Amino acid sequence: MRIYDETFTSRLMLGTARYPSPQILKDAIVASGAEIVTVSLRREAAGERAGQRFWDLIRDTGVKVLPNTAGCHSVREAVTTAEMAREVFGTRWIKLEVIGDADTLQPDLFGLVEATRILSNDGFQVLAYTTEDLVAADRLVEAGCRVLMPWGSPIGSARGLNNVYGLRAMRARFPELTLIVDAGMGVPSHASTAMELGYDGVLLSSAVALAGDPVRMARAFRLSVEAGRLGFTADPLQPRDFAEPSTPVLGQALLGDTVFA
Amino acid sequence: MQITVIGAGVAGLVTAVTLAERGAAVTLHECSESLGANAASWLAGGMLAPFCEAESADPAIVAPGLAAIDWWAERVPGVTRQGTLVVAPPRDAGEVQRFGRRTRQGLPLDADGIAALEPDLAARFAGGLHFAAEAHLDPRRALLALSERLQALGGCLRLSSPLEPETAAGDVVVDCRGIAGAADDLRSVRGEMLILRTPDVRLSRPVRLLHPRIPVYVVPRADKLFMVGATMIESEAEGPVRLRSAVELMNAAYALHPAFAEAEVVEMRAGRRPAFPDNLPRVTRKGRIVSVNGLYRHGFLLSPDCAARAADLAFGPAQTREIAA
Repeated sequence: MRIYDETFTSRLMLGTARYPSPQILKDAIVASGAEIVTVSLRREAAGERAGQRFWDLIRDTGVKVLPNTAGCHSVREAVTTAEMAREVFGTRWIKLEVIGDADTLQPDLFGLVEATRILSNDGFQVLAYTTEDLVAADRLVEAGCRVLMPWGSPIGSARGLNNVYGLRAMRARFPELTLIVDAGMGVPSHASTAMELGYDGVLLSSAVALAGDPVRMARAFRLSVEAGRLGFTADPLQPRDFAEPSTPVLGQALLGDTVFA
Repeated sequence: MQITVIGAGVAGLVTAVTLAERGAAVTLHECSESLGANAASWLAGGMLAPFCEAESADPAIVAPGLAAIDWWAERVPGVTRQGTLVVAPPRDAGEVQRFGRRTRQGLPLDADGIAALEPDLAARFAGGLHFAAEAHLDPRRALLALSERLQALGGCLRLSSPLEPETAAGDVVVDCRGIAGAADDLRSVRGEMLILRTPDVRLSRPVRLLHPRIPVYVVPRADKLFMVGATMIESEAEGPVRLRSAVELMNAAYALHPAFAEAEVVEMRAGRRPAFPDNLPRVTRKGRIVSVNGLYRHGFLLSPDCAARAADLAFGPAQTREIAA
């Protein structure tokens, strides 16, 4: 999986919030095989690096940190948070979220495009949390974004892929771009489905963090992402309307008195 | 045996009392000028809710947590055994089932069942859970009562008395300084809380309001006071409550009962919980220094068990041992 100029073996990215404990978070990261985790930067934790202890715990696992702007509702807030994140984590990556609606937490696409332009011009490598809207996707690419992260369904909803058609269209429209389904995963088959659509990766958080056994669920998602990717690259069959026997019917010995009726 | 305990938060007070009850001559040193001024436990909810806490914590906390209810009831006034009520707003009703699956002993309630327990919440929630074996107390009254008990047992409490364990006097020194103890992998989890006062809402037990993003609780106290808590932020930051947190806590109180809209905001404060990576406490001994730390959000729930272990180490052979509660 390619994220700007780096390549990764694992196609699963994990969030780091709301685990029962940092120890369980670390165990889940290991079980998931993830090489990238996303960390939300609350500004109160950024001041004087008050969240450093927690970030160190995550860094100790050896994974790459993708800071995000979760919870930002305006362009300015998101840009400020991204700038702090660059300083705190020493990375040009930013998973850009500009939330437009408090109930669905769906992205404000207008603000997202604007923030993407500002940050790209400032040297950031933006991974944009967006919807499956193709026009917005075009604008994001024009603004400098090279990794699009369309939602599966609203953050934390565990509904899986709400719009398979839209996600398929997006994949077809941007065959060269890195596309990662972000948000809304509930069970491993959701992630498999995203990978079978040809997505480059899946990012999820609460599906693992809030599971009864997060470490077990992390492993389940690791396997499901691998299974979905293998299935996609193995050139799967297309659905058809009628049965296609796996052995020829013509010339087969007919037993008993069954004849063509 | 002469024992010096450093830090008069819940861990230090419970440990000092436990040691004094076992016959040690205990001096408890606290760096701040008044009891609780610098203690995370002064801002605690005071819920003795092992079953509810085990929803997100290690199930190992349940047994010592249940024993803690009796420990407190035998020593301080105001331990109320009315259980815990768990409810969810209508749009998050699924959270109640999930909470029930993740916990033990929760009795499912319908709207009538909730009304029977808490008449003021009648017709507000379609379903909930009652954890009847749980209890709650007022942390400040409890800590003050323990300090009196310590002195009645012949122990001594010295305020405005900062000490370092290495240079403290005594056959054994018990370090209960929490965040100030600064063990290598200890971190702080910031928590913010409010205290509201209203005569318009009456509750008999702590109520937890489940919400997928911000679960909060409201704990009734004497004098028409209600404690609303608490945020959980991975941060070492001290300093005042942030508006975002205040809004979340206030919204939750309002969602529980609209009459909270007229409540006085008596107090709004932030504190730091000491926690190890597994969020479980540690009781260790190295030389003559015993450490009790990492009680996280379970100070009142787990300090009696930690104190008993600390006392075993204090009276036992001087070797390094580690006990996770």
